[in-house]
Parts: sequence; structure tokens; C-alpha cells
Amino acid sequence: MQTSDLIRAIAADARRPGMPLDRAWQLAVLAALFLAAAVFLATLGPRHDIAQALHTIRFPFKFVVTLTLALCTLPLIRSLSAPGAAIGNRFPLLLLAPGLLAVAIAAELLVVPPSQWMARTIGTNNLFCLTFIPLIGAAPLAAFLAALRYGAPTRPVVAGAVAGLLAGALSASFYAAHCTDDSPLFVAVWYTLGIAILGGLGALAAPRLLQW
Amino acid sequence: MSGTDDTELSGLLRAAIAGDERSYAAFLERIAIVVRNVIRPKIMHRGLDPEDIVQESLLAIHLKRHTWLPESPVLPWVYAIARHKLVDAIRRRGHRVQTGLEGIAEPFVEPDPAPLTGRDVERALDMLSPAQRAVIAAISVEGCSIAEAAKRLGKSETAIRVALHRGLSAISARFGRS
Repeated sequence: MQTSDLIRAIAADARRPGMPLDRAWQLAVLAALFLAAAVFLATLGPRHDIAQALHTIRFPFKFVVTLTLALCTLPLIRSLSAPGAAIGNRFPLLLLAPGLLAVAIAAELLVVPPSQWMARTIGTNNLFCLTFIPLIGAAPLAAFLAALRYGAPTRPVVAGAVAGLLAGALSASFYAAHCTDDSPLFVAVWYTLGIAILGGLGALAAPRLLQW
Repeated sequence: MSGTDDTELSGLLRAAIAGDERSYAAFLERIAIVVRNVIRPKIMHRGLDPEDIVQESLLAIHLKRHTWLPESPVLPWVYAIARHKLVDAIRRRGHRVQTGLEGIAEPFVEPDPAPLTGRDVERALDMLSPAQRAVIAAISVEGCSIAEAAKRLGKSETAIRVALHRGLSAISARFGRS
């Protein structure tokens, strides 16, 4: 077919523009929040002593880390979903949450005697954590992959992995409200692993799902 | 590419997204040239037809035009799409790619002024339903408007629009899978 003929056909299809990409992301984030909250409340719910826990330092800090990660991932995934958007300067944002966590770990190691380090790292609920972070994050991951698919990611594997990170950060923010292991040592190991599982799933699904 | 060029192209695409077919055609004509100029030097030795990549890029630009931010420059967005389609095409037909020849200079042959034709769209067209094919042929090759195509094929304008849109999406989805 001649290019000029193809252009004629495309131009005739001008009246069907899709919804803007930013709108699609707003919907995806809303859907992800709703689905994560639904799964969380249906399966776990917040811990019983949450009112007291909020007055400690360690419990609220878990949310500082997970929400920081979520908020830093969001602009990155938005950029990864459109061709030609500047991305490079947004990757360093991803270091913010791990940086905060590293500072908290240093403080924890100073405050807590070495004999307790291991116990705090292993915690009481680690397999539970590894199960529920991916479980709560599965539907959000699907929502974010759908938004990416609606977009046009030119680096699908990176975009898929970042979608998993975002889903994981969101999921961990809910899970943290249930979890009674509040030490940054526990968070650094098990939350990270749970989030990484979602990141890996996103990257694995990407080549097939995010073709365009 | 100069800044004014981008401003002009952005204006055309904005009008196109608002539904102006004339601006859209003008935009696509100019983008086809831009993409062709970028693609051509890159695939001289790769056994690929540059015009196929131009056409695939135009379809991708069309189907993904909602990913352009109206306040941002349009050319970086176009280049990124064209690059993605080029890489995709090279990977798909990877076994035919010859590497290591990039550096070898070859006398530049002025492309002949014959109509620029791609084969991939044709091949993808063969896999559409007869109804979709008829609509696309009427509008592209025969140059019918939507209204004329509707009259000729005995269908409503809405049906023609739907068939056209689905047909273009299907062509884009089937590239390289034939």
C-alpha cells in the first residue's frame, strides 16, 4: 500500500481519540487503591493495637518508607508509559525510600543490643509477609500493567518492573497496618522481598503484555 | 529540526486530536517525511524496507496519539515511536539482519520518485475480514470520504467508522506476525 493511501485512511479515523494517558493513570491508581483495600480488609484488617502502635516511632515509620516509595515511583511510571518522555532524571528518586530505610537501620542497630538483631530481623510473621504483600499487590499490578498497555512503553521490561514496585509499595502500605513486626531490620528484609516478587512478576509479564 | 517546526506540528496534531481530518492528513504527511529521513540511513544494509517502518510508525502514532502530552514537543515523541518500531522490526526479522556492515560506505543512491509503497500493510490487510478490507480499500486507495464509503457499501457512517478503526488497529497488531 502506498504511504499516501495509508495516510488517507488514518486521517479519516481522526474522530476516535482515546482518553488522555494521564486520565488512564488516575483511573488505574484509584482502581489499585480500591482493590488493595478490599483484599486487605477482606483477608487481614488492621492490627488490634493500632491506636497505641501509632504512638511509637517504628510503626508509623513503616508507612513513611512504603509511601515514599509509592510516591517516588508514580512519576517514573507515568514517564515510562509514554514514548520520548524524559526518564533518566527520575530514577534517582527510587533511592529515597531505601535511603530512609538505611538511616533507620543504622539507628536501630545503635539502639538495640546485638543479641536481638537476629530475632528482630527474622520477626514473627515473615512468611505471612511474603505471602500477603504479593497477594494484596496482585490486583494493583494488573491495573498498572493495563495502564501501561494503554500507553506506549518503549522500555517494557523496566516499565513492568516499576509497575511491580509501585504495586508492591502500595500493597506494603496496607500490609504494614496489620503487621506487628515494626523493626526496620524486618522491613528491610521481608517487605523488600515481598515488593521484589511483584517487581519480578511485572518484569516477566512485560514482554508479552506490553507489546505495541 | 527547528523549534518552529515543532510548534507547527504540535498545532496540527492538536487540531487533529480535536477531530480535524485535514490537519491530521497534513501532520501525517510531514511526519512521514521526518520518519523516513530518520529511518532510511539506519537500515540501508538490513534487508528491511524503510517504507514499511514508516507505515508502521504512522499507524503507531495514530493508535497511541493519546500518549502525547499536548503541551510537550511532538518530535521527540515521534522519534521515540519510530525508534521503537525500527528496533521491533529488526528484532522480528532478526535472522535476516547483517551486522558489522554499518561502517561500510556505499554511494548514496537517490531514491526513485516512484510512489512510496510498503508491503507489510498489504499483507496485514489480507488477514482482515472482507468487510473491514472493503472499507479500508474504499477510503485509502479509492479516496472515498466516510460518507461516500457508507453509500457505496450500503452501511451507516458509524459502521464505516467502526470498521475503519478496528481495521487499522488489526493491521497494526498483525505486523510481522504473518
